[in-house]
Amino acid sequence: MTRVHDMGGRFGDGPVQPGSEDAPVFAEDWQARALAVTLAAGFLGQWNIDTSRHARERLSPKDYARFSYFEKWISALADLLVEKGILTQDDLRGVPDDQKHRLAAQALKPEKVAAALAKGGPADRPSNITARFEVGQAVRTLRPTANRLVVGGHTRLPDYAAGAVGRVLRLHGSHVLPDSNAHGLGEAPEPLYAVAFPSSELWADPEHPDDEVVLDLWQSYLEPV
Amino acid sequence: MPHDDHDHPHTLLPPEPALRVKALETILTRKGLIDPATLDEIIDTYQNRIGPQNGARVVARAWSDPDFKAKLLSDATPVVAALGYYGRQGEHIVVVENTPQQHNMVVCTLCSCYPWPLLGIPPGWYKSDAYRARAVREPRKVLAEFGVTLPRESSVRVWDSTAEIRYLVLPMRPEGTEGLDENALAALVTRDSMIGTGLPKGAA
Repeated sequence: MTRVHDMGGRFGDGPVQPGSEDAPVFAEDWQARALAVTLAAGFLGQWNIDTSRHARERLSPKDYARFSYFEKWISALADLLVEKGILTQDDLRGVPDDQKHRLAAQALKPEKVAAALAKGGPADRPSNITARFEVGQAVRTLRPTANRLVVGGHTRLPDYAAGAVGRVLRLHGSHVLPDSNAHGLGEAPEPLYAVAFPSSELWADPEHPDDEVVLDLWQSYLEPV
Repeated sequence: MPHDDHDHPHTLLPPEPALRVKALETILTRKGLIDPATLDEIIDTYQNRIGPQNGARVVARAWSDPDFKAKLLSDATPVVAALGYYGRQGEHIVVVENTPQQHNMVVCTLCSCYPWPLLGIPPGWYKSDAYRARAVREPRKVLAEFGVTLPRESSVRVWDSTAEIRYLVLPMRPEGTEGLDENALAALVTRDSMIGTGLPKGAA
């Protein structure tokens, strides 16, 4: 069993509302601010991208469903800052404390923004785990969907693809394993594959016999068929 | 431990979103953990400098230069990096080509993964529950909501971005554009055509 964010295939959400291509990048100023505060806080270096994704996933299902996109970001950020001991609950309550923080020296300076964003954070790593599957090979995903290291932990195998048979389309090299990295258990890199699943393998009522869904899946999510 | 915190400290902040953001920005700024000028710089980057015009240049070049296209389809990351398109949320790029037999479409069902250096910040609909939930199960119905109807002989391949690989769709070059140079071609490339929910301007 996964969490509320794992919504692929769900019924009941109604039509997609495509916006104009010329719509502003941020519909409201606070959304731009939410993105920037979240990125800037991330540059303090106290967590990784998997930790921050998991923080959003751990919002209560009620909050996750009612919050707009950037409300999820800013609320999960507040939770993470307290969880990591960077802010206290009193800080969030507004109890004044203007002492320089022990991490203040890490704060990203405006002149370093361009370089920091351009540098990115590649997820490929050398690994001594050899690739077990070849392109074209049939594989089956684990079922049930779950983090096998941490109960209720972060994983990137969506529930709709659990227990499904597909074929390996490409090998991406070895990548950091989110199930481990999100929980401070190390990067644990392992081979990552693009795996193609016929829609008929995933859905009771596929739209077309030749349609497929491709997912990027780590080796430990897969078994040979 | 997954650290399920039932107190959820965010509830200590004001509930209204703009005030919630402002409150957290103020707290972090007072402690010297973030700098408002840094925030302005980040916003300016994604509001004005990085956007779908980057991806459009890549597509127009691929339409014009077969050698570039071959390299792009075989290993896109160094090819687009050489044009200056690299960085956060674009560290591992894969370009997938539409053909008369196969249409590609990109989604992130678990969050909102998107190739930032090529397309910028994703539009609201890409992050919506409706798109995330439905694109994998009924892509043709979703395409119809974007005004796109595919011929029956074309299959649909939906790419669910579950890792750090970021996908860009290379749409088919519209017919009747043989005489156009790269700049003119780039003007035909829409954002949605590179996500796979649209077609380039001038395409049937």
